[in-house]
Amino acid sequence: MSALEIGYALLIVALLIFIFPAAKYWLKNSPKAEKGDWQAFLFPISMVIAFVAILMLIVAR
Amino acid sequence: MSDSQFSTKQIARESALSTNKVLRNTYALLSLTLIFSAVMAMVSTTMNVGYGASLACTFGALALIWFVLPRTAESGAGVAVVFAFTGLLGFGLGPILNHYLSMANGGELIATSMGGTAAIFLGLSGYALTTQRDFSFLGGFLFAGLIIVLLAAFAGIFLQMPGLWLAINAAVIMLFSGFILFDTSRIINGGETNYVLATTGIFLSIYNIFTSLLHLLGFANE
Repeated sequence: MSALEIGYALLIVALLIFIFPAAKYWLKNSPKAEKGDWQAFLFPISMVIAFVAILMLIVAR
Repeated sequence: MSDSQFSTKQIARESALSTNKVLRNTYALLSLTLIFSAVMAMVSTTMNVGYGASLACTFGALALIWFVLPRTAESGAGVAVVFAFTGLLGFGLGPILNHYLSMANGGELIATSMGGTAAIFLGLSGYALTTQRDFSFLGGFLFAGLIIVLLAAFAGIFLQMPGLWLAINAAVIMLFSGFILFDTSRIINGGETNYVLATTGIFLSIYNIFTSLLHLLGFANE
């Protein structure tokens, strides 16, 4: 294992420690989704997935 | 019109004005930091900076966001801190960009990735702004997803599986697309009133989407 890989592993551990308090807060305090909220989220995300797939197909040609 | 109706309307108007101000300041600072970050990326590309220096820059940026930004976000110094960490992250992109620039159509890949990231950001921001929907219900889901992706990335360092990295990059794009909706809706709905912190969140989303899209396009190209 190279020093660079150890460095990246340490960076990920630091990121995990960094986001943990925010993650804990939002996991406890996120408001409940109302009717239609998940559909309103999934619609643009599926557009993003389709867009990225199209870009990958264009590049692969 | 009764006094209570008048004051309710006035409060709503003041709240809308305040939200517009945060949004305007966020987009102004975001534009400037993206330009600065791109300039720093060009500098590091020209200097042919190595992966070690890139990693050190990322650690430096994380330290600024972690320890300095929370203390300075409410003051003018917060803007300087945002420029410092976006500059470091931009500078850290040098080796990745050089890796792709060494390919035959590397410049095209980077340009496509930049254009794709811009389209994703503008589309998602426009969607959040026009629908005015509150996406704060996504908070727990997005942070749980981020922890899972980080754990997978940690495992990926040891497992050396190309398929895993492909999945991680795809997940990062979806996750940070969700964060753009989440952050933008928090500004619109008054959940985030500090434009320095709002810029930080959106910049990190754009940065991560750009790098992951570049890796995915690089994979498709190969």
